[in-house]
Amino acid sequence: MARDHQKLLTMNALTITGLKKTYDNSIKALNGIDLTVEQGDFFAVLGPNGAGKTTAIGIVSSLVTATEGSVKVFDYDLNTHKEQAKACIGLVPQEINFNQFEPLLNIVMNQAGYYGISRGEALKRAEKYLGELQLWDRRADISRGLSGGMKRRLMIARALMHEPRLLILDEPTAGVDIEIRRSMWRFLRKLNEQGTTIILTTHYLEEAENLCRNVAIIDKGRIIVNDRMSNVLRKLHVQTFLLTSVQPLPSNMTINGFVTRRVDDLTLEVDMTSEQNLNQLFSELTPANIEVESMRTKSNRLEELFIRLIDVKDEQES
Amino acid sequence: MSNTLAVNWVGYKTLVRKEITRILRIWIQTLVPPCITMTLYFVIFGNLIGSRIGEMGGYSYMQYIAPGLIMMSVISSSYGNVVSSFFGAKFGNYIEEITVSPLANITVLLGFITGGLVRGLCVGLIVSCVALFFTDIEVQHPWITLSVVVLTSIVFSMAGFINAIFAKNFEGISVIPTFVLTPLTYLGGVFYSINLLPEFWQNVSRANPILYMVNGFRYGFLGESDIGIGTAYAIIIAFVILLGVFCVHLLNKGTGIRS
Repeated sequence: MARDHQKLLTMNALTITGLKKTYDNSIKALNGIDLTVEQGDFFAVLGPNGAGKTTAIGIVSSLVTATEGSVKVFDYDLNTHKEQAKACIGLVPQEINFNQFEPLLNIVMNQAGYYGISRGEALKRAEKYLGELQLWDRRADISRGLSGGMKRRLMIARALMHEPRLLILDEPTAGVDIEIRRSMWRFLRKLNEQGTTIILTTHYLEEAENLCRNVAIIDKGRIIVNDRMSNVLRKLHVQTFLLTSVQPLPSNMTINGFVTRRVDDLTLEVDMTSEQNLNQLFSELTPANIEVESMRTKSNRLEELFIRLIDVKDEQES
Repeated sequence: MSNTLAVNWVGYKTLVRKEITRILRIWIQTLVPPCITMTLYFVIFGNLIGSRIGEMGGYSYMQYIAPGLIMMSVISSSYGNVVSSFFGAKFGNYIEEITVSPLANITVLLGFITGGLVRGLCVGLIVSCVALFFTDIEVQHPWITLSVVVLTSIVFSMAGFINAIFAKNFEGISVIPTFVLTPLTYLGGVFYSINLLPEFWQNVSRANPILYMVNGFRYGFLGESDIGIGTAYAIIIAFVILLGVFCVHLLNKGTGIRS
């Protein structure tokens, strides 16, 4: 009994071993990935477009058939204990995938029914989750009339109707304004604190940074990084700033000790490593008679991270 | 009841409820058209032309074609319901709601078949009521009538399901009804007795499965038909089993719904 309880506590939410997928058109989407997500984790899966994230999620949620490899969800093998494994998962896909001519309440009630939840219980849960995601007042509306953000929240509410132990969200905040995004973050964080394991794919590094403890980065169908988020972020030791000058910049503009790029007459791009600081930068700018009007961080950190990590991996392989 | 059975039972009821809600929500598309089409058939073929044809098989032409017309509407409605509902779910991607769920494939199939059956029987009932405006209908064998119509509706619900699984676009769901189903129905003895045909064409007609369904149904109504009732049952049940096994096989393989 005690051993069973211990096993339950140490069980992984997701174990992927040697997962490969080649589509009918011969495109290799996954080249053998191994991944483990611990129970209770908030896990990010990052990667550029076409890296294989959605295929991996598709296989885990039974929308895509794997060519090779195995998937275990809370120790239920997807090949041998499909029903039990599926019952543990809630999926919020990237694309809208509900009947847009149905009222919201029907959509979530039907989903509960597909998981064997009685209508009485489903109605209680619908009130709870549609309420928490600020959609209960719209329950009788046809879903086609919802805004993009509301449609994404509806998909989250739908995925929670059977109260899954593992929630998978494939870019849930894509195209959602910052206010709604932040309220969704709060909701997901609360859900994770209550014990739901969450796997999230996103294009926003800020989102992954804010929410996730561990991260895997996929590129060209293989996992190139699988580490704690803090360790990965440490690798991103260069930050890029864009400075706007009051006067036109000299054409051969350089700053001692800093890598710079002159973007146009008034804009300068400066790379700053974690060992450097802004005081050093400004102390170099003053003698050069550069008066800075404004400064901002270049916001492509995720792309930068991908490029750095992919470059490192390619270098190692060559 | 085991947990798996309980989950599947609730899932089945959910699918059926969803299908019935859909049928009723778009009743102008699902229930009214067969009523109008069959009224025209009764007026034109039964009343206007039928009065000049005279008797067929010892019955007035109107009485003779009534079971065939009812069966024709049941066949097209059962097929149309499943093909449009399942393909619509595929096209709108909301079939994924079912694909990711723990429901067994057989439950999913039964849910859609029941939807087709409900619509087929509703339309059959409506067309029967329309027929009563034009002729007297006496049902000689009620249980045979009911069982043949139910089994036929199941066969064509499954046929619609298979069509929807393979269809990649809207053309894919209209080709079979237009170029296969309609000709087979018209040549399936709805409007005439195959005894009127030369022997060669009688034999050709016997290769048409709809002939057995129409004649089985007609036997239930009139007490006689071109085909023996035992043969009709055997053919219909064989199709139920064959198509059922094929549907489950396709679902297990994930054809058309999983990449």
